[in-house]
Amino acid sequence: MAGKMKRLLALGAVVLTTAALAWAGSEAQPRTGGAPKPVIAKAVKGEQCVEDNDYMRRNHMKVLNHHRDETVLEGIRTKKYSLKECINCHASEKTGSVAAAKDDFCVSCHSYAAVKIDCFDCHSTKPQGPMAMHPLNAETAHYKHKLAAQATSKVSAEEMAGVAQ
Amino acid sequence: MSDMKPRSDSTPASPERRRFVGAATATAAGLAIAPGVMLYEVAHGRAEDQAASSAVRWGMLVDATKCATGCNDCVSACSTENGWTPVAESKHPKQAPQWIRKLELQDPLTQMETNLPMMCQHCAEPPCVDVCPTGASFKRADGIVLVNRHTCIGCRYCMMACPYKARSLVHEPLNDTQKPDVPRGIGCVEACTFCVQKVDRGDGNTACAEACTAAGHNALVFGDMNDPESEISKRLRELPTKQVRADLNLNLGVRYHGI
Amino acid sequence: MASITFREVEGSSPKYWMLFGFLGLFVLFGALAWNYMHHHGHVVTGMDNQIVWGLPHVFAVFLIVAASGALNVASIASVFNKPMYKPLAPLSAVLSLALLLGGLLVLVLDLGRSDRLIVAMTNFNFKSMFTWNVFLYSGFFVLVGIYLWTMLDRSVKSYSKAAGTAAFIWRLTLTTGTGSLFGFLVARELYGTAMLAPMFIIMSFAYGLAIYLMVLAAAYAWTGRALGDAVMMRLKTLLVVFVAAVLYFVVVQHMTSLYFTKFHAVEAFILRDGGGLTTLFWVGQIVIGCVVPLVILLSSLGRQRTWIMIACALVILGGVAQMYVTIIGAQAYPLDMFPGLTEKSSFFDGEIHAYAPSMPELFLGLGGVAVALLATTFAVKVLRLLPASLDDATVAKLEH
Repeated sequence: MAGKMKRLLALGAVVLTTAALAWAGSEAQPRTGGAPKPVIAKAVKGEQCVEDNDYMRRNHMKVLNHHRDETVLEGIRTKKYSLKECINCHASEKTGSVAAAKDDFCVSCHSYAAVKIDCFDCHSTKPQGPMAMHPLNAETAHYKHKLAAQATSKVSAEEMAGVAQ
Repeated sequence: MSDMKPRSDSTPASPERRRFVGAATATAAGLAIAPGVMLYEVAHGRAEDQAASSAVRWGMLVDATKCATGCNDCVSACSTENGWTPVAESKHPKQAPQWIRKLELQDPLTQMETNLPMMCQHCAEPPCVDVCPTGASFKRADGIVLVNRHTCIGCRYCMMACPYKARSLVHEPLNDTQKPDVPRGIGCVEACTFCVQKVDRGDGNTACAEACTAAGHNALVFGDMNDPESEISKRLRELPTKQVRADLNLNLGVRYHGI
Repeated sequence: MASITFREVEGSSPKYWMLFGFLGLFVLFGALAWNYMHHHGHVVTGMDNQIVWGLPHVFAVFLIVAASGALNVASIASVFNKPMYKPLAPLSAVLSLALLLGGLLVLVLDLGRSDRLIVAMTNFNFKSMFTWNVFLYSGFFVLVGIYLWTMLDRSVKSYSKAAGTAAFIWRLTLTTGTGSLFGFLVARELYGTAMLAPMFIIMSFAYGLAIYLMVLAAAYAWTGRALGDAVMMRLKTLLVVFVAAVLYFVVVQHMTSLYFTKFHAVEAFILRDGGGLTTLFWVGQIVIGCVVPLVILLSSLGRQRTWIMIACALVILGGVAQMYVTIIGAQAYPLDMFPGLTEKSSFFDGEIHAYAPSMPELFLGLGGVAVALLATTFAVKVLRLLPASLDDATVAKLEH
């Protein structure tokens, strides 16, 4: 009886594994291309992030966490490293959000790196103020000409690999 | 107030970035105004890089004799400011968070009716802070009792411990309806924050108290109870007030007159 | 002292695998229930901002309380030197670990943010009874694990008494901690008393022993091993004492409250006006959980194996009812912020709060029970926990 049971279990395992492999192989994505590269849209506002891009790509979570604790526990609300300010600059023009669509600033890289973002269970993904004001609100209207010039840039695999390290 | 100062271009610039330099220079004049505006704002409170201080104790006086029957302005203002759905609009009223509510009291013998807003009492000795396993429930230096949603695990022990039924659990996903200044989310416990975002901004008042004043009732006075010159301190010196469940000796930040 | 042969359960019969599959199915249901609750939030449960702890907590606290009680048989053997209990000790230790595992799983899977369990393991507030319990539970696993090791491995057998004593003291502390989860709550009338700690300890004795007896009898009946009346009668007598003690504590608690005018309203709610909760108190907790088992066990019926099992089952059901009344009852009664005044608000102040448990909650709770039983079923197959025979002759030899 036990033998039969074991054989049955083994059979089940084989069937499941085969099915899983078949499913994985059937993905539309060509294997050579790998996962879709993250799309990193240029920030709508501002010209340079609070730190170098390289630094931010690797360490944004560290500075955000540090700032978060200061803000929540002590009420220190400086703008540098504040999540709200990230959103103010990086919310996408299309969705007005950093995490509404799969190409939006935060989601794009995070899904590439397969790291779950916990921020937006609680935090708004949109900048402050009525959406009509964003991104071309009074303060940023003078950037209007440059917005047209901006193209979303694909990050190269090498760059992404650098971040992952 | 969201502009940051353009940085000196010390890192190798990308083509896009080079294109910006001109634009940034052109706007430098506009940006330079920003610090001045900021200084004007913080003159009313503390600087934004300064931690909340225990020299301040935020508190509220509720004058129940002035609180109008049927008036719900404080509740609506709180809901608007902090982004929680008013219970009347909720599909699940029993599970809907309520940061502040109007309480109608009646003495069964004398028929005397009182009504007043009830919310987090911002205890100096908060039972919710005592019982919280992770320390997510905490009291800020300036006496405001808050929930750190980064460490709240949603155990609801604080809700069991609160004598004022001040806390609510967020029972369903909020789907990005939160206010940028007021993060709140599923599975975490929340309550009145004394409009901490407004306090930190230097407003010196809460949404409910502003609404009450705007409606002409003046039943709510918010301010620093440690500052003898503040309006709340002056009023508290003159008016006889009580703390709800004073028997627990929790030293409340909300004091009631006329109960 | 005569030696006893311990042997694994063979565990290859269709009956064993059916039991395994049956329990596994409930574990699966529990997992699905958790997934559903976790995905949609607590909005899909019967719990709300009034009844914040619901059926999952009833199951979890019951299992955790029963866990420390299940260790009792082992404690009697090693701490109080009763040789008759020695062969019963390994199962007792394993059952207590399994029950605690099941209870804790239910507790943590009901968290609003169960995905953040790691936060609870890395951020501590030492004034919180919950934090203390985190350490008490972990310590219990370690100490009972060591104790079990000293029982199963001859080379460390000499440490058995020391390990058993440590585990015994720890389990008393643990249940004190569980009781104090409620005892240290200042806000609610039915909590906030030191009475709850000793009461939970005595409840743990009764529930743990009832579960132990049922598992023992089932294991021996299903494996065709001999289980003599000597063991059953001895444990039965012990159960009588524990159940009577539970009843005593319940009576004292309510009598005290009834004497204080400020508690009259809440006592009237539980004892007279609470509808379903009142029924659960009188019929579930008192009659089914205490009176009927006492009558069965003390009358001539108590000499029959079947009736002892029925009594055990009733004690367990009564225990769940008692937890329900303790946890839900205290929340159903509104907070009295303004004594002497009636209260009304949009937040349901001044109203009795109704609670209807939902299916996911029930299955999450049952999943915890299933995990506990599944772990035990597995353990008796892979470890030498059960004596090959516990017939009267074998047991009699131990006493001399």
